[in-house]
Amino acid sequence: MIPVLDVRGLAYAYPDGHQALYGVDLHVHEGERVALLGPNGAGKTTLVLHLNGILVAGSGTVSVSGLPVTKENFQEIRRRVGVVFQDPDDQLFMASVHDDVAFGPANLGLRGEALERRVREALDRVGMADFADRPPHHLSFGQRRRVAVATVLAMEPEVLVLDEPSSNLDPASRRELAEILTSLDVTVLMVTHDLPYALQLCPRSVILSDGVIVADGATYDVLTDDALMGAHRLELPFGFDPRTVRTADAG
Amino acid sequence: MGAGHGHKLHFHGHSRVHRAPAHLKIVALVAFMLLVVATPPSWWPAYIGYLLVLVGVVLASTVPPAYILKRMVVEVPFVVFAVLMPFIATGPQVEVLGVGLSRSGLLAAATLLVKGTLGVLASLTLAATTEPRHLLAGLERLHVPQLLVQIMGFMIRYLDVVTDEMGRMRVARESRGFTARNVRHWPILARSSGALFIRSYERGERVHLAMLARGYTGTMPDVRSETHR
Repeated sequence: MIPVLDVRGLAYAYPDGHQALYGVDLHVHEGERVALLGPNGAGKTTLVLHLNGILVAGSGTVSVSGLPVTKENFQEIRRRVGVVFQDPDDQLFMASVHDDVAFGPANLGLRGEALERRVREALDRVGMADFADRPPHHLSFGQRRRVAVATVLAMEPEVLVLDEPSSNLDPASRRELAEILTSLDVTVLMVTHDLPYALQLCPRSVILSDGVIVADGATYDVLTDDALMGAHRLELPFGFDPRTVRTADAG
Repeated sequence: MGAGHGHKLHFHGHSRVHRAPAHLKIVALVAFMLLVVATPPSWWPAYIGYLLVLVGVVLASTVPPAYILKRMVVEVPFVVFAVLMPFIATGPQVEVLGVGLSRSGLLAAATLLVKGTLGVLASLTLAATTEPRHLLAGLERLHVPQLLVQIMGFMIRYLDVVTDEMGRMRVARESRGFTARNVRHWPILARSSGALFIRSYERGERVHLAMLARGYTGTMPDVRSETHR
């Protein structure tokens, strides 16, 4: 089976010479939910920006469902890979929620009723259909994050890439977002520092550290490997022990 | 604020003035202003007529007059300038309470005040009855260049974000015991604005990335539907 995300030997150095990735190999298959863990500065965001061709590989290859990430494929790649950025204010730049959700599919050439249907469905899936006419800056932070998810869902992506989806959310919004994410029938790659969230949502986790993948396995096994965690500056929050948490996938 | 609906100048409502197409309102405003500016000084009956028309529109819009009057403070700098004119203009003088005032200065000041007030009143009425995004759509229909409309759109969208950021920076400064009281404190404010500028610039870059990530190719797609115009 062709993996949805197929990253092979990806290396990248920023124009200022700072090398961020040193040969990353990562495969994500259809229907998987994978957490990408790693300390600050490990290269997580750099990796994400390669998945939809915002950054172009120095060496190595990235392909999405068999389609290589190259300049001539950008439009289709960006349809297939939906990136939800960390700050919803960066992602929501139009005058209303409706227009923001419509922006992606409209770039794909949709118009009229087909476009409207996409917008309605995407907003329905994140429970924000009643807010279509609101300007984004009048929504709460949690609502803006949900609309940001809808803006990429409207493009019917094959994989949803979320950068720190739980950051700055209050516990209720955090839980609501988790419910939305589990209800979606889409492949997910989630960059996060929120290890309980990773355990709750993602059966599989990979650790990116100093520009290479150092671990790839069941989230429960990764989080309970104290030596591995300690070696890569990953720590469980106080009071949280995966061994005492029962989840459907990690039990 | 219109029930969290539009901008700070917008007053939410469903009157005929609210529902009128935005591009017609813009054309009406511009035509009205040209007419006002072209009216010679001292044609007072004409100015009274203009004012009555505006008052009529405001009443029809169901926007409380106090709402608009409060926002007319933006005119204050003009008023100050107008008040100075009789003192600095030359020519024949008239005595008012023992002070010599220029006759032509008085007339110019009065005209400036009247025209300015009419303009501010008319613009505020447009702003109060039209949501910013409808204004943008209206400008687009009037074939204002896409690029200008886009820039205005981003400005409206991010004005609040940047204002909030500025507010947080001020709170952070004051929490560390700094309040700008005199000129010697200005360098600190200047550095703050510099930081704000850089942050806004970086945000601009992130927004651009987010646009590219959703397939932006350099032209704004048409996202409006019939029901959302």
